[in-house]
Amino acid sequence: MFLNEIIIAGFGGQGILSAGRLLAYAGMLEDKRVSFLPSYGPEMRGGTANCMVVISDEDIASPVLNSCSALIVMNSPSLEKFESWVKPGGIIISDSSMVQKKVKRSDIKVFEIPATQLANEFGNKTYSNIYLLGKLIKETGCVKPENFEKALYGILSEKRHYMIPEEMEVLKVGMEY
Amino acid sequence: MAIVYKAPDALCDVPMHYCPGCTHGIAHRLVAEAIDELEIEGKTIGVSPVGCAYNNYLYFNCDMIQAAHGRAPAVATGVKRSLPENIVFTYQGDGDLAAIGTAEIVHAAARSENITVIFINNTIYGMTSGQMAPTTLLGQVTTTTPYGRDASYSGFPIRVSEMLATLEGPAYIERVSLHDIKNIKKAKAAVKKAFKVQIAGKGFSLVEILSTCPTNWGLNPVESLKRIEKEMIPHYPLGVFVGADLEV
Amino acid sequence: MGQKLLMKGNEVIAEAAIRAGCRHYFGYPITPQTEIMHYMAKKMPLVGGVFLQAESEVAAINMVYGAASTGKRVMTSSSSPGISLKQEGISYIAGAQLPAVIVNIMRGGPGLGGIQPSQSDYFQATKGGGHGDYRMVVLAPAGVQELYEMTVEAFNISDRYRIMTMILGDGVLGQMMEVVNFRDEEKIEKFDKSWAANGHENAREHNMITSIHLDPAVLEQWNVGFQNKYKLISQNEQRYELYNCEDAEIILVAYGSVSRICKGVIKEAAEQGITLGLVRPVTLFPFPVDAFEKVINTPKAFLTVEMSAGQMVEDVKLTVNGRKPVYFTGRMGGMIPTVNNIMTKVLEIKDNHR
Repeated sequence: MFLNEIIIAGFGGQGILSAGRLLAYAGMLEDKRVSFLPSYGPEMRGGTANCMVVISDEDIASPVLNSCSALIVMNSPSLEKFESWVKPGGIIISDSSMVQKKVKRSDIKVFEIPATQLANEFGNKTYSNIYLLGKLIKETGCVKPENFEKALYGILSEKRHYMIPEEMEVLKVGMEY
Repeated sequence: MAIVYKAPDALCDVPMHYCPGCTHGIAHRLVAEAIDELEIEGKTIGVSPVGCAYNNYLYFNCDMIQAAHGRAPAVATGVKRSLPENIVFTYQGDGDLAAIGTAEIVHAAARSENITVIFINNTIYGMTSGQMAPTTLLGQVTTTTPYGRDASYSGFPIRVSEMLATLEGPAYIERVSLHDIKNIKKAKAAVKKAFKVQIAGKGFSLVEILSTCPTNWGLNPVESLKRIEKEMIPHYPLGVFVGADLEV
Repeated sequence: MGQKLLMKGNEVIAEAAIRAGCRHYFGYPITPQTEIMHYMAKKMPLVGGVFLQAESEVAAINMVYGAASTGKRVMTSSSSPGISLKQEGISYIAGAQLPAVIVNIMRGGPGLGGIQPSQSDYFQATKGGGHGDYRMVVLAPAGVQELYEMTVEAFNISDRYRIMTMILGDGVLGQMMEVVNFRDEEKIEKFDKSWAANGHENAREHNMITSIHLDPAVLEQWNVGFQNKYKLISQNEQRYELYNCEDAEIILVAYGSVSRICKGVIKEAAEQGITLGLVRPVTLFPFPVDAFEKVINTPKAFLTVEMSAGQMVEDVKLTVNGRKPVYFTGRMGGMIPTVNNIMTKVLEIKDNHR
């Protein structure tokens, strides 16, 4: 069975929710069942933000997750909160330029990418989430890169479409990091 | 033979329930005459209040909707926004419009909803038997101000027309009185003008009509008319507050 | 061929309403349903409709009353505290027998409570939050596609019976995104609206929309009529889903987003060799008693799961009527029951009924 239960967590403004929407959109393009559930309310405004994405080839029971197969964290509190949620054999992808803490568990695979630093060096700090999504896509196969590209075209407003070749370049860096 | 007096078509041929000497009947007639003269009965929708006039949907021959207490301007908004080509009026007393429905009337006026509001000010709650209204005058005895309205305890009467006139929304606001023939004629002209303002699409119109409540004032009908002149008009001066120069 | 989109629940409600021919929306902002307003504000002007931000929930529901009186399809939406404010208008709309659609995307209460998902307005929705002997149809979708289908259906039910229909969702449903398949065109049924106050054009007697009848004998007759209508709706409009109920040891009862979690529980339990089923009420009023009659002999017990202190469980007990034990588990205040929460209760019940 093909089932990806993904949690993406960090600060508001890090592109947490857009990362989740892109995955769900790409999943839809592959005719998978998808759900996307964002955290909402005041915590979005500067506090922590997270979203839960399910991509499956069967009907999705609940969009509300209590555990996950993959976790992307973009700040330390998120790692603290969600580390224990990852199922054994699952993966954590951490933006190591933002997350100082180390993952304690040994029954999961951990990938550390200094995504924020890489994005800053690239010259566009809004790309940090894309590095991490690249690694997620590579490790889980939850969506195909070409569908991720289509999702970018589908979700981004037209005036931002010029960014997409760059974002795909960044995605590939993330995949190979 | 020339007909010199007949019931307006826009009034149903049924007896009204109002007390002897109450001026609601006159106010109803003025509204109905305006509807007749403007030939708008078929496209008019009235909104009845909660208060003594709660069932005037039985009296007006146009389509009528009964609203919750104070909410007539919101209901009328829903109607007018659904049927912008139709004519929509509310008929509300002082408790309905100026106490429980203050928010609704202020915002309908602020939005300049293209509706006509007939506002009956008789300084008292009639239907529930004579309690203090937001328009009750200082010193006035009511069942809830048995020692007279004391400003230090119950606050001051609200001058609705003046208050709403501070807004940019309203197109036409006038205060009139029903205490004698001359003033009834003026009231008639005001009511008709208010409807014409709406027909012309100019926006919110309101006519405040100073009225009697002999039963709850404890006065006979003649004394009641005098009270309007002697006590109410000094506090609620007659005149046009918005739209004096408006030609419709 | 339809249109397949990834959309947020709240936006789907708004889009579905427009597709169902609703051209009048009145509302007031409150989390977590505000996207419905945003969508309406953007889209209504493009389809020649009316979006109006009211000065209060009270005004909004009375604008709905006015628009519904003219026979137009009209909707308002809010979340729990705002729905409390609307109760006055809801009771009047019931009394005047007007069709209207009301959306409640529930959040935790009482009072201002919180903004996280909850199901603690079940009593208010199904038993009448306002005064008087009235009911409204209450639909409980469990996913984004159903939000679409049921919003369209809500307008048809409302017009068919001259009744209010409430779409009762929660913050999860409103905020989540799923794929929705829109039909190219909605079949909008035509209904008799000769009762509407829309100007008689001197062609008929004047219509009167009212909820006041001071003669108690007359008011009683009105009420008898209402009750007959509710009975008819109970016969015709019960909707439910039975999931995995054959051979179920315990049957879970849940609606809305909690029913989705329960499906996860059923999967988890199967892995442990426990067979669970689910009765999912889709209409909360009328309560789907027929569903229980179909499965009443199967399980050892029923377990109702809600995001509340236990509200729907009272209807489950009334329906099961002592024939099987009925248990309850739930979370409150915006907390969502987890698969583990529910499994713990399942194991406890299993222990009780060895």
